[in-house]
Amino acid sequence: MNASIFKHEVRARLRSVAIWSLAVAALVVVYFSFFAGFADQAELLNEMMARFPPEMRAAFGLDRMDLSTVLGYYSFIFLFVQLCLAIQASGYGFGMVSIEEAELTADFLLTKPVSRAQVLNSKLLAALAGLTLTNLAVWVSSFAALELFRSGREYAMGTLLLLLLSIVIFQLFFLSVGLVVSLLVKRVRSVTPYALGLGFGAYVLSAFSGVLGDVKLELISPFKHLDPAAIVQNAAYDAPLVLLNVAVSLAALAASYWLYLRRDIPAVS
Amino acid sequence: MSIIEVSKLTKYYGKARGIVDVSFGVEAGEIFGFIGPNGAGKSTTIRLLLSLIHPTSGSARMFGQDVAAHGPEIRCDIGYLPSEVYYYEGMKVIDLLRYSASFYGHDSTERMRALAQTMELELNRRISDLSYGNKKKVGIVQGLLHSPKLLFLDEPTAGLDPLMQRKFFNLIREENARGVTVFFSSHILGEVQRLCTRVGIIREGRIVEISNIRALQQNNYKKVQVAADGLNPAAFNLPGVTNLQSENGTVSFFFKGDINAVLHRISALQVTDVSIEEPTLEEIFMHYYE
Repeated sequence: MNASIFKHEVRARLRSVAIWSLAVAALVVVYFSFFAGFADQAELLNEMMARFPPEMRAAFGLDRMDLSTVLGYYSFIFLFVQLCLAIQASGYGFGMVSIEEAELTADFLLTKPVSRAQVLNSKLLAALAGLTLTNLAVWVSSFAALELFRSGREYAMGTLLLLLLSIVIFQLFFLSVGLVVSLLVKRVRSVTPYALGLGFGAYVLSAFSGVLGDVKLELISPFKHLDPAAIVQNAAYDAPLVLLNVAVSLAALAASYWLYLRRDIPAVS
Repeated sequence: MSIIEVSKLTKYYGKARGIVDVSFGVEAGEIFGFIGPNGAGKSTTIRLLLSLIHPTSGSARMFGQDVAAHGPEIRCDIGYLPSEVYYYEGMKVIDLLRYSASFYGHDSTERMRALAQTMELELNRRISDLSYGNKKKVGIVQGLLHSPKLLFLDEPTAGLDPLMQRKFFNLIREENARGVTVFFSSHILGEVQRLCTRVGIIREGRIVEISNIRALQQNNYKKVQVAADGLNPAAFNLPGVTNLQSENGTVSFFFKGDINAVLHRISALQVTDVSIEEPTLEEIFMHYYE
């Protein structure tokens, strides 16, 4: 770890972290504030939901969510929180080393007396620090929203904690996969399309897998590994899938170090 | 003592040639010129020495340590000014310089102020507002800030006006006088000639000549120009004469060998003008590129 690089990276990402954190916090609070209304009309609502095509209900996990319960409703919101977090973490992963190369500041950094491993350590920790702040924003806004708007209904605290604790695993997946992909391609010109592609791609893979038939493609998507509807339904993680998720993340990280230590930094052309 | 020892360094980018079998040494305290046209492999060599890229084969040592194995330690004592300077656009000059200095673990604030003053660099401006020449100045201050023992200058004068170039050369000479070794890469021969003691010439990825600058100029070639009435260029068809040209009664050529042979021929003529001079590095250089 190099303190200078860490500080520099954290500072460079501060604005982005603030915007994402505010956005997910607002998402949680605003959507959850409608909960009381939904819960009161639960019967009507579930009836209406039943009229939607089954594929669509499956896509949003609605076939397994009871919107009249606190956690049922919360897990529906949590899916959108996950989507935001996926795009944010992918962006940080794709941009971690590629932005310096695209903006040609990599020469400056790598001619300093630091090893490549130190550079990557510092950058990774700085990205994780940013993601953790956003993670914290989800925690705080979730507790606040549930306290304010649950209108006296009970929920299982343990299950809520399972959902919130899944965030860090979820973020690590997109961060490390984004990073390894950015190191596998020759040059990342712009981070945003890659981040949107990975985030939405993984979501679509999980959401519409039922529509595509029995291909099991969803098994590579963290939206499936950490499916909020399933976590609430079972009050537990799907252990093998979570392990698969962590294994993929760790493999991607290991590959990233391997690639980065051997990487030829492209010259100005 | 050799500060840089390069042995059989080779780099291919896929199938594209970077450099092939490059070997040379740079001694402590010298200013070593590295010249060649664009694409010859100058930057590739520097990037290999700085471990920005990795060699296909061969090795290099700096300060007696292997570049691949001891990169971070070696880079403590190295300053690098790239040919194209790019810095974090959102930062202020002073913040960038502080960031740069923070890697070396000793306070260089005073030196930073002094260098910025010499190069007339305003510290409080934003990098994104700077002109190319001013960014170059940031690069110069950044490269010298931590008092390195070895300086890599990759085509350093591009974008600097003549006045700044002179200040920059003076700065480099001062550093050199304090014992700093300089590796100066350029395709502008005039500046290499002004500054360097020894040069390596690289062409199409290979070293074609390593020589003392004086030796390169004196021992090899003389540039001879003779003007006379009714001059026949064939009169100078001697062994050792190259590049014989005739224009408006003036004959010019390069000569290598005993100059008396030429003088002998000239004395037989009724000359209106004659000059025998050392060729510029440029002219020698063209010779290597033919």
